Amino acid sequence: MTQSNGREITYLEAIREAMCQEMRMDDEVFLIGEDIGTYGGAFGVSKGMLEEFGPERIRETPISEAAIAGAATGAALMGMRPIMEIMFMDFLTISMNQLVNQAAKMRFMFGGKCSIPMVIRAPSGSGTGAAAQHSQSLEAWFINVPGIKVVAPSSPHDAKGLLITAIRDDNPILFMEHKLLYGLKGAVPDEAFSVPLQSAEVKREGRDLTIVAYSIMVPRALKAAEILSEEGIEIEVVDPRCLKPLDSETIINSVAKTGRVLITHEAPVTGGFGGEIVAVIAASEAFDFLDAPIRRLAGKDIPIPYNRILEQAAVPQVEDVVQAARDLALEGR
Amino acid sequence: MTLQTPEVAHIEQSEKSDLLFELPKEKLIWLLEKMCEIRYFEEKAEDLYIRGLVHGTMHLSIGQEAGSVGSIATLAPEDLIIHHHRGHGHTIAKGADLTLMFAEFLGKESGYCRGRGGSMHIADIPGGNLGATGVVGGGIPTAVGIALALQMRKTHQVLLSYFGDGASNEGEFHESLNMASVWKLPVIFICDNNQYGMSMHVNRAMNIDQISKRAISYGIPGFSVDGNDVLAVYETVEGAVAHARNGHGPSLIDCQSYRWRGHSKSDRNLYRTSEEINDWKTKCPIRRFKAVLVDAKILSKAEVDEIEQKAKEVIDAAAEEAKHLPDPSPENMEDEVYA
Repeated sequence: MTQSNGREITYLEAIREAMCQEMRMDDEVFLIGEDIGTYGGAFGVSKGMLEEFGPERIRETPISEAAIAGAATGAALMGMRPIMEIMFMDFLTISMNQLVNQAAKMRFMFGGKCSIPMVIRAPSGSGTGAAAQHSQSLEAWFINVPGIKVVAPSSPHDAKGLLITAIRDDNPILFMEHKLLYGLKGAVPDEAFSVPLQSAEVKREGRDLTIVAYSIMVPRALKAAEILSEEGIEIEVVDPRCLKPLDSETIINSVAKTGRVLITHEAPVTGGFGGEIVAVIAASEAFDFLDAPIRRLAGKDIPIPYNRILEQAAVPQVEDVVQAARDLALEGR
Repeated sequence: MTLQTPEVAHIEQSEKSDLLFELPKEKLIWLLEKMCEIRYFEEKAEDLYIRGLVHGTMHLSIGQEAGSVGSIATLAPEDLIIHHHRGHGHTIAKGADLTLMFAEFLGKESGYCRGRGGSMHIADIPGGNLGATGVVGGGIPTAVGIALALQMRKTHQVLLSYFGDGASNEGEFHESLNMASVWKLPVIFICDNNQYGMSMHVNRAMNIDQISKRAISYGIPGFSVDGNDVLAVYETVEGAVAHARNGHGPSLIDCQSYRWRGHSKSDRNLYRTSEEINDWKTKCPIRRFKAVLVDAKILSKAEVDEIEQKAKEVIDAAAEEAKHLPDPSPENMEDEVYA
């Protein structure tokens, strides 16, 4: 990991810094999306970028998510490196034909004779009271499409390093930004640095139980680990960071060490990415080390509700992780 | 020709076109050659399909040759196209190697897409053919991005974006034409209007008589042209290309023709009459252009027949050569999924 010299910035600032540094270095990188100019983007991620880079490269569009995705795909086909900002991940449903049938397929379908170097930045997740159509976590849709990579950073450091890697990568990459993480502060190096894809990180070491968590569930798992540590339960938190391609090795090694694993994400449990991680572990050498069944703790199979109490109950909170982890750590002991 | 916004022009009847005398003779010969190559290529491809040598399906553009040839003839070599499932004509007109095309139809490793794409997805990226999309209208938003890159890089190239009458009813059509117009992108939207979206006639699919009228709502020039008249297509697209290259933005061209064959190989033509098909066959763009050339005494009857005969021979030789090329191997098939 690159040293940060102690400077702390937010997750949102880290994303902006990654974009700005890459845009200063490479004229072919540009940002395209709705209200990203004077308004600064719906969440303020691109605030100030119009002033530095001008309207050509901070390219504001009409409200046309299919054409935005097409504009990014076509420009990428020509060798440019567009960063497409979708206002809410939910709106990617309108872009799906371009992303799934065009961007993800063109290289393979045309015999490997082109590439589509683009980043799809997508604010995801619930917790802001935005209800069912502005709160989804749709990573599983994209993970099941060959040709697209999926990244879901949980810290300012990882957000910057992974975004820089994603911009320099020659493939379409879905970059999930959890809205509740935008304000999270953490140490981030000044200079442009990259975190490799397919590199899970052990965010906390422990001997009793592994929690595999990504995006917003990482800080929640870390908080739960802190609480359970006081009860004498030592939890290891593994953050895949990049969901596709997945660094299975780090996960398998951790589970082989602890013998117990809880997989957690905010997206609905049925058909969620957790099932894939379960399968990876079950088919690995870690299976022989398991002292308890593999457990999942994920979002309920419901649309995200509006009411604060209902909204919080729809996806795993810190106390849910504490309880599930405690139960699993003690199971069969 | 002057381009007016937002008026829609209807262009037809070029039998007495000045182009006959303005275009170099070689260009006129090229127009006929390419139309003949497309016709015989597709007849040959159909024959290979019937013999079970082509896997899957294919979408033939027999009867629509003037649209692809007349439009691509206006381009400079470095200009680009992006097109659709009924794309053999555009591919040949853009200069594709016929053997490599047949090789792709036959699923060969040396085919344009190494046997991964097939008839529906032929692309020749170095040749400026940025690929055929199988999802109706799916290439139109991608065209916006290609044209955006051309504009940002200030290359002075233009892009022809082809789609069908059915695609003009897709949401992607609307988003894309609006965006391209707002940014004045160097793209020409060409609707290969063959009257049917699979089995649905345009008259049942939209409540306007000319697709070009939609240009008005985007504030761009719109033209409807007799798509069986290769010189009329040339004249219309030439103006739109100049308009785009000069930085004035996109145009919409409704290129009206008719597909003689069914939508795909599963089509039993239950939705149209043989009288209708036969009536359109009398408007054959190739026969028509041959007559124009002979009447204008640009070529003799013997010369046009020779061009046609030569095209047949070229196609037969390409198909024969392609048959003997090796198949791809499933080994390392995953290699091309990611760059």
